[in-house]
Amino acid sequence: MTAKVITITSGKGGVGKTTTAANLAVALASLGHKVVCIDSDIGLRNLDVVLGLENRIVYDLVDVVEGRCRLRQAMIRDKHNQELFLIPAAQTRDKSAVSPSDMIRLCDELRPDFDWILIDSPAGIERGFRNAIAAVDIPLVVTNPEVSAVRDADRIIGLLEAEQKGPARLIINRLNMDLVKRGDMLTADDVVDLLAIELIGIVPEDEKVVTSTNRGQPVVLEDKSRAGKAFMNIARRLRGEQVPFLEMDEKPDLFRRISRMIRSGGN
Amino acid sequence: MGFLFGRKSDRNTSANVAKDRLRLVLIHDRTDLTVDALDKLKNDLLEVISRYVEIDPKAVNIRMAQEGREQRLVADIPLKPAKRRGFG
Repeated sequence: MTAKVITITSGKGGVGKTTTAANLAVALASLGHKVVCIDSDIGLRNLDVVLGLENRIVYDLVDVVEGRCRLRQAMIRDKHNQELFLIPAAQTRDKSAVSPSDMIRLCDELRPDFDWILIDSPAGIERGFRNAIAAVDIPLVVTNPEVSAVRDADRIIGLLEAEQKGPARLIINRLNMDLVKRGDMLTADDVVDLLAIELIGIVPEDEKVVTSTNRGQPVVLEDKSRAGKAFMNIARRLRGEQVPFLEMDEKPDLFRRISRMIRSGGN
Repeated sequence: MGFLFGRKSDRNTSANVAKDRLRLVLIHDRTDLTVDALDKLKNDLLEVISRYVEIDPKAVNIRMAQEGREQRLVADIPLKPAKRRGFG
């Protein structure tokens, strides 16, 4: 087994990096892969709460790097999936506690035992980002269909190219079809057109992401969630499967169509 | 039919404005070239060229173009026909 290293990054904060990391990790594990995810957002850790593993942390990434524990001791096994592990970030330190070469060493040690290593990158383009991409094989850039997120994604893609990491692939998160239809949100095509990299997933805005995160159970575990389905599709594309993109352009039901007609005064 | 789906027909939707703005911003982000710097570059370029051939500054079109993730500076500079001397 030689794990591939995926880094989930975005430049801008709050676009859904950690949600994406958690859901892809759970999805890949549920497809039978051995997965370890690493929270590299030192000082602002969150992957533990999104995965619902916050009560099991004893050691963290910085403890491993500074030799206070063995790698295995910092790996938390998931509640539901025996083949899924988390290495949490330290909460009381800063990004400088880890270096890019530490990350490369760590990933090299993990590679033989796993299929996938998922690294959740912090926002920004400084040390934390450098750490997160040091060992990357497949950079995934998460963005939202809005100006600041797209602009920051472009910066990140440029930096990845300059570092010769990649090619990066794009995840468009929180697409709101109602807004798109009204002409008030960039379409997925617009974003792909602007950023000019390969698309690997479109995740619709979905309230279930909020409720499932409240519970610490990634949305990909919920059958009826459209976002969950989209994350599962990304996982399958990462495995090399050809999966068509979700049909976003669902016809609105009759009631909504009529109410819209009335609102717009038939114009 | 557009009204059935509540789609605005004009190009002036906020999404289109966003796309146009982003297109410009990304060009400058990617090249480290501000709008001012691009203007200066144009003027310098025209000045150098007009030292050698006669051009019509108004017909000149210099712009940044995007091809995939590559930016290029495209200049279209029509030359004025050379004035013939000696024919009166």
